[in-house]
Amino acid sequence: MSTVLLLGATSDMAVAIARKMAEKGNNIQLAARNSNRLQALQSDISVRYNVACTIHEFDATDFASHAFFYQSLSVKPDITICVFGYMSDNITAGKDWQEASKMINSNYTGAVSILNIIAEEYAAKKSGTIVGISSVAGERGRQSNYIYGSAKAGFTAYLSGLRNKLYHDNVHVVTVLPGFVNTKMTAELNLPPLLTASTEQVADAVEKAIRKNQNVVYVKWFWKWIMKIIKSVPENMFKKKKL
Amino acid sequence: MESDERFFSFDDQLQKLVKESTHFIPRGNGRCYGDASLSTETINTLKYDKVLSFDTTNGILECQSGLTLDKILEFIVPKGWFLPVTPGTKFITVGGAVGSDVHGKNHHIDGSFSNHIVEMELILADGTITVCSPSQNTQLFEATCGGMGLTGLITRIKFRLKKIETSYIKQKQVKAENLDEVIRLFDEYNHYTYSVAWIDCLKKGKQFGRSILILGEHAKVDELPEKYKSDPLKLPAKKSIPFPINLPSWVLNSFTVKLFNFLYYGKNFKKEINNVVSYEPFFYPLDAILNWNRGYGKKGFIQYQFVLPLEAKQGLVEILNRISDEGLGSFLAVLKVFGKQESLISFPTEGYTLALDFPVRDGLFKFLDELDKIVLNYGGRLYMSKDARMKPEVLTAGYPRLNEFKQILNTYNPKGKIRSIQSDRLLLTPQL
Repeated sequence: MSTVLLLGATSDMAVAIARKMAEKGNNIQLAARNSNRLQALQSDISVRYNVACTIHEFDATDFASHAFFYQSLSVKPDITICVFGYMSDNITAGKDWQEASKMINSNYTGAVSILNIIAEEYAAKKSGTIVGISSVAGERGRQSNYIYGSAKAGFTAYLSGLRNKLYHDNVHVVTVLPGFVNTKMTAELNLPPLLTASTEQVADAVEKAIRKNQNVVYVKWFWKWIMKIIKSVPENMFKKKKL
Repeated sequence: MESDERFFSFDDQLQKLVKESTHFIPRGNGRCYGDASLSTETINTLKYDKVLSFDTTNGILECQSGLTLDKILEFIVPKGWFLPVTPGTKFITVGGAVGSDVHGKNHHIDGSFSNHIVEMELILADGTITVCSPSQNTQLFEATCGGMGLTGLITRIKFRLKKIETSYIKQKQVKAENLDEVIRLFDEYNHYTYSVAWIDCLKKGKQFGRSILILGEHAKVDELPEKYKSDPLKLPAKKSIPFPINLPSWVLNSFTVKLFNFLYYGKNFKKEINNVVSYEPFFYPLDAILNWNRGYGKKGFIQYQFVLPLEAKQGLVEILNRISDEGLGSFLAVLKVFGKQESLISFPTEGYTLALDFPVRDGLFKFLDELDKIVLNYGGRLYMSKDARMKPEVLTAGYPRLNEFKQILNTYNPKGKIRSIQSDRLLLTPQL
């Protein structure tokens, strides 16, 4: 039985991943800024799946607290899944540095800060799995979403390098690129149903990627091809498009 | 129709939603057939779906209102518990089960869902959070059971489960030649926990009302076939066949329905069949086919369910005759005898209940208005959860305590902040 740490456990995606990993018999550690919001999920997981489930206060953008947060976990997780992130309107963020820095810190800096600490420990004990939920938005910057996209691009590159480094320490790193997902974060957007995954589908993909040591996973397979096409458009043409 | 549907996962989000909305109706998984959970603004509970506690000794479950029955079965059945009452689909939320005060095949023994509630918590129209139970805030409790979500949004429910030894049902199917026989059989087998009859609405003459009565009991371990005994509380395998397309509306006509009914009735060669089946096909035969409603074509269908007092058997004959004359048959015509129940606004009351679905056709609504008159003449009433078209006077005539219900709504939802298309149509909420 492994212990799974979920960072950013209040999101819809995290709820689905926590349930999936608990269903597979793992103990669950739920960590989020609003830890009182985690109490219902904690009882849900322990009652439904008969596993141990604990809750922990964690603020992704309070970098200074990260080392202490990890030290204070009495059981160290075998699997760490980094789910937190934040997306807001690009136009607002373009004018408001508060918003822009919040997106950068939630999606990139905060993730690097906590995962550096965990990666060190996994490398030292020569075991562990790290999963990062990044985004297809990081594959190429578009005018409508490039601040969020650039933070996710940074995160994707970080995970890729981390995977390369930790491979030699018997630690596996998974990058998940979900594409559109039905969540609170996307509730206002009108997403095309065929391209949109449910949070349960994301959870299934995460569980499978951990089990099968997959490196980079797209939740819905055609996203891989959509992104290949988007990435292959020459910059000269791409810059004229309204994407 | 267009609707602004809002989701929430946490109590503070819900409180904010309720405070900020001008009006709304709570909505769960959207499986009731009519317009009870439709409005231009809805608050959807599906993400508010956590199990809060489970007392496995006494079988008391506490959960948030957006949890669906299929998810509950997944973890209670292996622990030897079952839902106290379940309707014919498991894809409904617990909040919806209370709002419709759903009934099942065991109504004559166990009553409706509300009969098993220990307590529940609601957020009212003004944002206050209140607990009610059969002994606390009883008016609010009574008006919430079957109150179609109009008293408030249920946040938390604690209810009693039923102890089971196995996940299997000992099933008995008995053929009845006609309506008189099936009614006699209901009486003869009234000690069975579960009973329901499928009835052929199109048959005339001597075989008028021919039926198959389906009875069931939770099987004990020693009643199981050897192959099931090693894992008596096994969950049924998850499998579902999607119904791929909308069938054209003309496919369902009196000929094809007659053919279906002929085959369905004819498949039982013997007078009586006894077997042991998983709970899944016994309680949820249609859940195996996702989107089965597409069989009715794009125009969809209308569900119609009424109950008539026991002494009004003649009303049943009259209604079945009218349906047969009209040639408006349905695949699903289900007859059941309700036991005693005296609630404020819940549908079940002692008598015969018949549930039908009609594909939407020209003239159907006029025809249903005529059926309403017959139902009322015999002292019956219609089920609000299946209604999308009844007139307010039909509701008033069928529910003798309607005024009392309206008065309670006036206390808890005075300005009709919580309203649906149905509550507006049935004049349950003040006009805007």
